[in-house]
Amino acid sequence: MARRTGAVTGPVAAGGVVVLILAALLAVMSRADWPVTLGTADWAVLRFTVWQAFLSAFFSVLFAIPVARALARRRFPGRGALVTLLGAPFILPVIVAVLGILAVFGRAGWVSEVLGMFGVAPLSIYGVQGVVLAHVFFNMPLATRLILQGWQAVPAEQFRLVGQLGLPPPMVFRIVEWPILRQVAPGAFALVFVICLTSFAVALTLGGGPRATTIELAIYQAFRFDFDLGRAAVLSLLQLVVAGGAAVIALWVLPPLALQAGRDRVRRRWDAPAPWVDAAWIGVAAAFLLLPLLAVTISGAIGLWQMPLSVLTAAWTSAWVAAVSTFVLLIMALPISAWLAQARWGGGETLTLLGLAASPLMIGTGWFILIYPFAAPVRFALPVTALVNAMMALPFAVRILLPPMRQVFNNYGRLSAGLGLRGISLWRVVLMPRLRPQIGFAAGLGAAMSVGDLGVVALFADPEVATLPLQMYRLMGSYRTEAASGAALVLVALAFGMFWICDAWGRRHVAG
Amino acid sequence: MKYLMFSAAVLCASAAWAETPVLKVYTYDSFVSDWGPGPAVEAAFEEVCACDLELIGAGDGAALLARIKLEGARSEADVVLGLDTNLVAAAKETGLFTTHAVEADYTLPVAWTDDTFAPYDWGYFAFVHNAQMDAPANFRELADSDLKIAIQDPRSSTPGLGLLMWVKAAYGDQAPEIWDGLSDNVLTVTKGWSESYGLFLDGEADMVLSYTTSPAYHLIAEQDATKAAAAFEEGHYMQVEVAGKLAATDQPDLADQFLSFMVSEAFQSIIPTTNWMYPAVTPAGGLPDGFDTLITPAKSLLKSPEEAAAARDEALTEWRDALAQ
Repeated sequence: MARRTGAVTGPVAAGGVVVLILAALLAVMSRADWPVTLGTADWAVLRFTVWQAFLSAFFSVLFAIPVARALARRRFPGRGALVTLLGAPFILPVIVAVLGILAVFGRAGWVSEVLGMFGVAPLSIYGVQGVVLAHVFFNMPLATRLILQGWQAVPAEQFRLVGQLGLPPPMVFRIVEWPILRQVAPGAFALVFVICLTSFAVALTLGGGPRATTIELAIYQAFRFDFDLGRAAVLSLLQLVVAGGAAVIALWVLPPLALQAGRDRVRRRWDAPAPWVDAAWIGVAAAFLLLPLLAVTISGAIGLWQMPLSVLTAAWTSAWVAAVSTFVLLIMALPISAWLAQARWGGGETLTLLGLAASPLMIGTGWFILIYPFAAPVRFALPVTALVNAMMALPFAVRILLPPMRQVFNNYGRLSAGLGLRGISLWRVVLMPRLRPQIGFAAGLGAAMSVGDLGVVALFADPEVATLPLQMYRLMGSYRTEAASGAALVLVALAFGMFWICDAWGRRHVAG
Repeated sequence: MKYLMFSAAVLCASAAWAETPVLKVYTYDSFVSDWGPGPAVEAAFEEVCACDLELIGAGDGAALLARIKLEGARSEADVVLGLDTNLVAAAKETGLFTTHAVEADYTLPVAWTDDTFAPYDWGYFAFVHNAQMDAPANFRELADSDLKIAIQDPRSSTPGLGLLMWVKAAYGDQAPEIWDGLSDNVLTVTKGWSESYGLFLDGEADMVLSYTTSPAYHLIAEQDATKAAAAFEEGHYMQVEVAGKLAATDQPDLADQFLSFMVSEAFQSIIPTTNWMYPAVTPAGGLPDGFDTLITPAKSLLKSPEEAAAARDEALTEWRDALAQ
């Protein structure tokens, strides 16, 4: 029997991810002073981390359900565009999104100003509520997408049937919708939970004080101020175990991430309530997700005039890093997906989730220690950044690629084998043309995530080649807040632009 | 063949470079940015040293020390510029730094005698606010008010740690009580100075922990006189920023030359309007116009590096306990 495609490259790529993380962890541990003891403050950090992730996941899903339901059963002009736009927060750079959220929900934000007109006290966003609000902002679109997909998997006939039978809405919910929700909602919950576990930048600004410290933030402090490598290593391990454990559970219950969700196939419903209920949910979601974007755009447009030219150089660097990172992402994700798609054992996917659970700062520091005896780590700043960014996007890419890959192997596997198609030619003739939309979508996601990342660059930073988020941060650090808003807008444009290019590349083929 | 020619060209180029000695200075990010003192300092020093000065940004002040510890004795750095007195004890403990021979008539409000680190600028920590607001005159008034302040995390930011030392230096054993009172005034604690200052400029916070010199930036660079620093009766804690020579440097003479240059007129006159701090030696021409409008604290507070190091853990615990409730 011919060797399967990806049977070697797949495990090698997945193994590479594991080695990359473990080598970094071991390097950090090798330089640590032992033993390390975790105090009560550290357990408080763990508790807060899990608690805020739980709340964030809970509210993201709770809010996503009625929105997905409304989107699933309504047809209106611009619906497709709205669904796409509602996905925007997920690829919005965190550093920018926090500015937008504050401009809308902060003490001096739009909502507080409106409340002030009626003599109501301004919103208090700082604290766990702010962290959760920001997380819902980022992840509710993802949850909506997953749930919407589930809804659309219900055959139209079912809704027609319950319509003919004239069942009351509660009954329809119990018979048709509840089973779907029970299938998709836990998966969406689990994914958002894992993403929020490793949150860093959000907790930093909106947390309100030391009680809102996440594990990732504690790792940062251990590295930066105390330079306590032992503590950093133990905390990183703790994060790997907690987030990794949650990720394993998530995978069990996770629906695949499909790309066409909500673009077509509106389920005609005979049982729908008055349209204003659905319109209200969609309106609230759109306002919640799009107003911060609008705020960033407005303040950015003003700041554009003050922006120094170096921002454009930095944008070029970021685009470059994102391109390399996307390339690395695909090199890892494609063989891994091909391997997993044909494997009987599905557990391999958990390996990719390590990328999400590992602290980027730990990986950065570990590789700094490893590279240092041989070469100047600064020279590896961009490759390391690109690699770490690719790893963080890997679980999403595999999630997107795996289901259609399975289908292609089911449909064309025997035929290709019969024709003797293997290796490169199998990719070129069979896989690539059929997976092009998913590859484009995964690449776009990876590119956007890479553009917005500030994490690991800070340690390796080379003053000559700053990435855009770093340059924006530097502007803020030199009192130039307005210019920084301009840079933020450029950052948003770059992230969306790169996503759009990749996604459009994938779609062009489908259209043609 | 082409490749060979390319390699040869690279070799020749590096040989030509090797004749010019290179001095590597690790510093914080905002020092090397286009708007910081870096570019002007580099040009001025290269004019007199016949060398190549490389200023390498390594994050903020605390990250700078972490980077040196990470690299250890094999570090390529010759000089580290940008630690403050609260980090000096930890820096000396590494044993990576050696003594300097810098002599200058410092215009610091306190005497400077450290033989490992030489100061290049300094400032007072202060809460900055909008000028039309009635600012509190001390920590107790601030605690009693319903003003919201943005401060920095002492576990990741040098001003954040400075505030801890400020409260400790002014109130000693009563520090926990002060923090208790302040806990409902603290809007949020940010990772670094930039985020807090951004919150203040966006109107989120009424006051922000910064420096008495911050209003000078707005006045001089933006012709905006609407920002002021609140003068506190307890006195203001100082931040003295210092530089030191690494023991393992391969350019000891050049490093000494740089440290002497650092306290000279050419370097010191760049500081006020790029780093927005007071120069360690006031230039002959005095301070730039606008600096005369700044508040002058009645009392300067500063713990010695040893005292600061000794007080740190306790102060940190008090701070965390008060704010974690």
